[in-house]
Amino acid sequence: MNFTNLFFFALALSVFMLLFGLFAVYMERKIAGRIQSRPGPLHVGPNGIFQTLADGIKLIYKENLIPKGADKLLYFLAPILVFLITLLSFIIIPFDENLIVADLNIGIFFILAITGLNAISLIMAGFGSNNKYAFLGAMRSAAQAISYEVPMLFAVLSVVVLTESAKMSLIVSAQQNIWFIFLQPVSFLIFLISGLVETNRTPFDLPEAESELVAGYHSEYSGIKFSFFMLAEYCNIFIVSALITTLFLGGPSGWFLPGIFWFFIKTLLMIFFIFVFRWTFPRVRIDQMLSFCWKFLVPVSIVNLIVTALIKYFT
Amino acid sequence: MVKLEGEQVLEVKPDIGFLHRGIEKICENRTFLQGIAFCDRVDYVASMNSEWSFVLAVEKLANLEVPRRAEFLRIIVAELNRIASHLIWLGAFNMDLGAVTPFLYGMREREEIIEILEMIAGNRLLYNYFRPGGVKNDFSPEAFERIKNFLKTFPQNLKEYKDLITNNIIFQKRTKQIGIITKEKAIKYGLSGPVLRGSGIQYDVRKNENYSLYKELEFEIPHFKEGDIFSRHLVRMREMEESLNIIRQALDKTEEGSVLIKQPFIMKVPVGEGYFRTESARGEMGVYMNSDGTAKPYRVKFRTASFVNLQILEDNEIIKKLKLSDLIAFLGSLDFVMPEVDR
Repeated sequence: MNFTNLFFFALALSVFMLLFGLFAVYMERKIAGRIQSRPGPLHVGPNGIFQTLADGIKLIYKENLIPKGADKLLYFLAPILVFLITLLSFIIIPFDENLIVADLNIGIFFILAITGLNAISLIMAGFGSNNKYAFLGAMRSAAQAISYEVPMLFAVLSVVVLTESAKMSLIVSAQQNIWFIFLQPVSFLIFLISGLVETNRTPFDLPEAESELVAGYHSEYSGIKFSFFMLAEYCNIFIVSALITTLFLGGPSGWFLPGIFWFFIKTLLMIFFIFVFRWTFPRVRIDQMLSFCWKFLVPVSIVNLIVTALIKYFT
Repeated sequence: MVKLEGEQVLEVKPDIGFLHRGIEKICENRTFLQGIAFCDRVDYVASMNSEWSFVLAVEKLANLEVPRRAEFLRIIVAELNRIASHLIWLGAFNMDLGAVTPFLYGMREREEIIEILEMIAGNRLLYNYFRPGGVKNDFSPEAFERIKNFLKTFPQNLKEYKDLITNNIIFQKRTKQIGIITKEKAIKYGLSGPVLRGSGIQYDVRKNENYSLYKELEFEIPHFKEGDIFSRHLVRMREMEESLNIIRQALDKTEEGSVLIKQPFIMKVPVGEGYFRTESARGEMGVYMNSDGTAKPYRVKFRTASFVNLQILEDNEIIKKLKLSDLIAFLGSLDFVMPEVDR
């Protein structure tokens, strides 16, 4: 794509990110309500569709507080960094055949590298808040995030071994005959679990556990800064779902409809499952979570990678 | 107040008294009939059981005999309230662990029970239904129908909870082998109710004290010997099933008759004192009553299960093994309600 097209596409993606935040919160609340035998938001707008907009407007109106003793630079930068990371992750997602902002050769590894920066922004938020609960939540969150990058990486490596390339468009086209979820079921499960952990979703949402830590690393944030964190969380869920769709479910491919429709259908299906997980399972304790990662997931993912490589070598 | 070192809990000190309303003192200035409305509020989650202890005390001191039909109605209503209380516990306990949905499922089932009790007693939460010598009024035929329907539909919900919660591996990992209260400690601290039965001791005031007509009904006392959070969870789930059994048998055995003996407008209880107890949803709920022959008691003391069960938090041996997340689960498994603790 030439430069102007690219520019407008990137702009469209940013707008999409904001709109998706609105949509995702509404979707989650409706799903949560239905699972819990209640209707969910109903009153604001027809069937409650303007509920998130109303919440967003409320958040914009809130007072811009900075806690006493907070490190102003860190406190201010943390939400910006979180938002930036998510926005950057959008550039390699293949929405359709030619609808990628940048079809980098390092493709999937770019996202893994960028999401690694998430851990820093969490610690910035927790430490800069000058609040021991926030700090405790940030520590837990950072430990979780960096631990689960390892199995995620190995799961992705297994897929890259199959396609011999990390380029997103090549990964998509390599799944023309059969989706990788059938060739690599273990990787799919490992990637799904690691993705849930990276986005701090139940059953791994200990950093945000309301009954224990108020709200974890973003306890001291209110107003627009808080909405940045929320937006980034929901867009991270979109990114994880989009990655699962691209890596395992064939990406934008399907019959009749143009690819982009199939991409969104598959991604929304994964997002639906992620939302259902939140409202079904209790939380896992932090040390159980970490020992599950290091003692179970990492060995399993390494074995999976070796087996994949061997099978690829001999066929 | 919790003293932490990183994630490890070092010391816990319950800070109580914020919900103290002086109910015991108030009862000294109210007649026995007026006092019943107040003792509802001691434990408003399972208020039928609180009323029962109080009314039992008045009856024993005044030597009143309760008609058989009233006894059966009391049993039905108290067991329904026990199920309602356990449903709240289920919701709150799971919410502390992170699963928000059982709270709403519990509320959905509890709504049916509360509507039944509203049909019977006129109120959803604080019933004022027991009277010395019986109960205030009889059940309507619709109430009997609804209770029978409830007995049919509730076992499926219990099965749903079992599949979603008890058999959930995340839940089991959070609750098994955690917060173990040994038999000796349970006896030493004077615990009662599901906390005691979760530590392997088969003690239930309904069977051991044999008040009312429980001796004519057959039911088991569920107890599990591990003493961890999971056993206490299992005890309460089984208790809900046993309560359904009790209600079924009581419905079958209910005889015709009056539900309240003739009472003077102002009841005077002869001089005497005594301690009388029943099994509430949380444990042993006892009332010590000292009457001096007038229309108002001289002293009423409520021995509430939550207040005594809360002492286990001061036991450092148990507390020191818990992490912060385990402490939350442990507190949930004790099922204490603050109005009972503070009165």
